Amino acid sequence: MAELGQKPFPPGRYRLIVVGSGPGGLQVSYSLSRLGVDHAVLSDDPAPGGMFRRWPVFQRMLSWTKPFAGVDHGERAYERYDWNSLLSDDQENRAVMPALMDGTSYFPSRPEMQKGLETFAQRTGIRVRHGCRWESTRREGEDFVLTTSDGEYRSRVVVFAVGVAQPYRPPIPGLAAVPHYGDFRPVETYKDRRVFIVGKQNSGFEIATGLLPFARQLVLASPSPTKLSVLTHTLVGVRARYVQPYEDAALAGGVVILDTTIEEVMKDGAGYRVRTRNAAGRELTVAADDVIAATGFVTPLRDLPALGVATFGQSRLPAQTPFWESATVPGIFFAGTITQGAAGLKKHGIPSNSGAVQGYRYNARVLARHLAETKFDVLATRERMDAETLVPYLLEQVSHGPELWHQRAYLARVIDLDRDAGITNEGIVPLQAFLDSGGGDAVAATLESNGQGNPYPVVYVRNAGSIAEHPMPPHELLDFTGAEYREQLRGLLEPVLSGAASPA
Amino acid sequence: MAVRDDVVNAIAAFSLFADLTGPQLEEVAHLFDESFFGQGERILRQGVSGSGFYIILEGTAGIRVDNVDRSTLKAGDYFGEISCLLGEVPVADIVAETPLRCLVLPATQLEGFLTAHPRIMYRLLQGEARKLKNTTKWLS
Repeated sequence: MAELGQKPFPPGRYRLIVVGSGPGGLQVSYSLSRLGVDHAVLSDDPAPGGMFRRWPVFQRMLSWTKPFAGVDHGERAYERYDWNSLLSDDQENRAVMPALMDGTSYFPSRPEMQKGLETFAQRTGIRVRHGCRWESTRREGEDFVLTTSDGEYRSRVVVFAVGVAQPYRPPIPGLAAVPHYGDFRPVETYKDRRVFIVGKQNSGFEIATGLLPFARQLVLASPSPTKLSVLTHTLVGVRARYVQPYEDAALAGGVVILDTTIEEVMKDGAGYRVRTRNAAGRELTVAADDVIAATGFVTPLRDLPALGVATFGQSRLPAQTPFWESATVPGIFFAGTITQGAAGLKKHGIPSNSGAVQGYRYNARVLARHLAETKFDVLATRERMDAETLVPYLLEQVSHGPELWHQRAYLARVIDLDRDAGITNEGIVPLQAFLDSGGGDAVAATLESNGQGNPYPVVYVRNAGSIAEHPMPPHELLDFTGAEYREQLRGLLEPVLSGAASPA
Repeated sequence: MAVRDDVVNAIAAFSLFADLTGPQLEEVAHLFDESFFGQGERILRQGVSGSGFYIILEGTAGIRVDNVDRSTLKAGDYFGEISCLLGEVPVADIVAETPLRCLVLPATQLEGFLTAHPRIMYRLLQGEARKLKNTTKWLS
């Protein structure tokens, strides 16, 4: 790290600027450096780590790192079991997290996560100008000009990795005056109190779980019913760690869960009265000593919308192309949890894991290569393959490739099957880009889920310009390397490799 | 979660939701996800599985079959319901002609949603009847 008085990246012009030093900013900076793309990293924070320098409120992550997985921690395949470490091309900087954890839980504590991110930044030599606050943005010709607390920065390409952690309260009368998730007091101060939590997603249930030994009564309310991750088979819904209040409510232990609209939050002496109305029209007013708005977060995009960056949804995420570029302002890119705004196909209604470290770390690596190749004429190396190794290689990837496991139906392993130029491993590509951008004969392999059972491989074959989708059967032990898979995949690829017309 | 006032206001004017009260509209707004598509982006892909039921909030989209444009959909129109109801892959591409904001419900949730909201099911049935009538006219 730079000494005081030797801050890197003074104001000026850069080929590329990254804003943010959370996991997304760190991963994209590391990956750009590996490709030899010079860039500046600016961050308002005093040190790396982003939101994990403060949150989660109860100081433990929702994402696990499994110490014993039957795979060496230095192997790429271990990433499937370690959701919290950033990605390194060098074995010695992989899997930073398990070595830092105290072994009492496979969910790292927040301080362990912060330490892990700081350690990765230090070991890989990521340079950040800390304490440099991005304040506003304007266009000058092809340049974006970023005004910061340290002066003006210019670049034609800017990657914003600024998180989605700006507290949001919906426009419910009276709600603006109640504390948000981020304003949670020391837990003891809620002793023997009636707490009304607006919001039934993970942040609401995290607070409710933490308050179980303290609060007298807990009410959680929002218009639509709670989903549970164990039932959706995805990260959609409340995670198992926070389901205890749900069981308490189901067994009538004192927790109350309401599917209802919050009409108004009224001050009542030292406490509150919350007026609700459900879809059947029934009104109910609940008295509470505390009200907490666990109503989510928005993206701190500052003046980017005024520059033309379109946003959507409750989190005001920027709309993005499959390569995480603003859908409306070319040259502005995103990394980190904001990349959930590039929704991809959302097959069967299942979102990508781009909102979480284990998903967006791969987006950042794909983005770095995309930027290097399309903006800076740096061509990443691509391996040649021979036809005999193709089938076992692809089956190995769908069985153990961490990008495919963490970003199902979102990132794909793509192999070009040009009969003249030969077989080339294109690497990891957004599935949507493969399906929609056209190109020569190729195969894309993904892992997908339909929200019901185990994930299964899906192979998309592009033959003479048209693409056919081929799902493969699931396997109880999630091993897709067996003879039946080899035979099916060989049959799917044979017509392309031999130059016959598409079977589809 | 959040009360999405802009979405509630937009869908209140759609014929599909003409019979709903305020809290019912809010419930619907929460059940659906919001999606945004850039101009030229595909929303449904002919022959690719796993799509959903979409309602256009803002913008227009084209129906494209075998790379031939057929017609245009606008705010309040919906698409994807046929493949959801039949459990089959879409027989057309849907392509954003302008920046497009939609509400989307996964196919797996459509049956539960419609049976829980019979008035919406009736309005959807009216919409399907209209499509069938237009197709019959077009064929005759």
